[in-house]
Amino acid sequence: MPSLSGRVAFRAGGFAPRDMPVAGVATLVGLLALWQAAASLGWISTTFLSTPVDIGRAVVALAASGELWANLAASLQRLAIGWVAGTLAGLAVGVALGLFTTARSPGMAVVSALFPVPKIALVPLFIIWFGIGEGSKDITVGFGVFFPTVINTMAGVDGVPRGLIRMAQSFGLSWWSILRKVVLPGALPAILSGFRITTSTAIILLVAAEMIGAEKGIGAFVLQAGNLYDIDNLMAGIVVLSAIGLVVSWVLGWIERRLLAWR
Amino acid sequence: MSASSIRLEARGIEHAYRSLKVLDGIDLMVPPGEVMVLVGPSGCGKSTLLGILGGMLKPGAGEVRMDGELAPDCLNPLTYVFQDFSLLPWRDVAGNISLVLEDSALPAGERQARIGEMLALTGLAPFAKAWPKQLSGGMRQRVGIARALAVRPAVLLMDEPLSALDAQTRGLLLDEFAGIIARAGVTVVYVTHNLSEAVRLGQQIVVLSRRPGRVREILRLDRPLTERQASDADLVAMEARLWDLIRADAAEADRELEHA
Repeated sequence: MPSLSGRVAFRAGGFAPRDMPVAGVATLVGLLALWQAAASLGWISTTFLSTPVDIGRAVVALAASGELWANLAASLQRLAIGWVAGTLAGLAVGVALGLFTTARSPGMAVVSALFPVPKIALVPLFIIWFGIGEGSKDITVGFGVFFPTVINTMAGVDGVPRGLIRMAQSFGLSWWSILRKVVLPGALPAILSGFRITTSTAIILLVAAEMIGAEKGIGAFVLQAGNLYDIDNLMAGIVVLSAIGLVVSWVLGWIERRLLAWR
Repeated sequence: MSASSIRLEARGIEHAYRSLKVLDGIDLMVPPGEVMVLVGPSGCGKSTLLGILGGMLKPGAGEVRMDGELAPDCLNPLTYVFQDFSLLPWRDVAGNISLVLEDSALPAGERQARIGEMLALTGLAPFAKAWPKQLSGGMRQRVGIARALAVRPAVLLMDEPLSALDAQTRGLLLDEFAGIIARAGVTVVYVTHNLSEAVRLGQQIVVLSRRPGRVREILRLDRPLTERQASDADLVAMEARLWDLIRADAAEADRELEHA
């Protein structure tokens, strides 16, 4: 038999990454500095890619002239109307599919058939149906938000432990009480993580719809700047879109921390 | 709390899951204020029977009846204590008790008073604002029993309430349950596979046979719960007797395939 003599070595290290927020910020700042330096040293042609400083100046100028706010207001209004309408409809349909046998299979058949259609392809159709005005943009955003909301809400409702619903029934809670106090809070984590997907979908569709036919809006602004080879303003528009995404993501994070403190 | 005057009776209960018969010809009667414990080998249909007794499962045949006078402050005649506690993780301890009172016409002040009374009864007052995830298993089940008693039920149905807990916590809670049940004067049906729980709490101990479950024997232990200790000679002797009754069936049940 082989003999053994020695200390037992530790062997359970690694596979445990930690978050370092400071490193994240430092990376972004470093990349911007590198980009600026590369442009200043002539390694990058400013005809094709603006410098961070030029983009910053363009944003400030747009804010001062009021052009930024006019475009931003148009975009945010479409985003809000489309997202809220799509979300409310999606929540209602998702809960129905999650709770009722009569709704489930027929509803899933329709959702499965329409969900894979790229919503951008429908923008020309919506313009024919609802005109070139606000209606077609709101509907494009709402339509795109609706389907993922249905699917996430239904999955959330499905994921509520049946035992909790049976418990509530055994204590004689009404159907509405069970929906409000057991089913919806139980589905909330899935619904909120769905919001992360639907808000970014909404921004993508908004910009696409504004590029196809709009006078105002960040999407239209970016397209016009591109047509004029105005790289500074084009990239300023992209920075504003990125900022909208960051703010929305931060707001969602805040809502999650508030509403899901029990997890 | 007023003593229950409700008598719970099961007549000719049968039940099957598809072609698998789990209960056959069950007749039982729990007199007001008495504790009935159901024991038997695993798969004998104990939990199924408890579900049928409380109206959570439709029996294939037979009926469950309740007869007697309900106390005026009773909001729900039959409530459960669950093996997995079944607490809402998004409500704190007080909120979980409040849940079962909110649908009633109880004025808000009275609701708060009942919550406070239940928290005190189960020693949970310092934890009223804690989330379930912060509590130990024993504390969670104390919330379970506080919630079940908050509606002043006539009959309390307890489905393996200590099975998810460690042995030490189980011992502590068992003594607490005995005191709480005696004080509440509630009629209890208690399902367990643990025979020391059965002799500590049971006045009627119903031994079910292996699947399909039939009533094999009913043993009686009339001494009040508050005058019993786990180490008492008569309890130890009764536990040994129960094991003799169940042992052969338990060994057979252990060798059976699930969902044959």
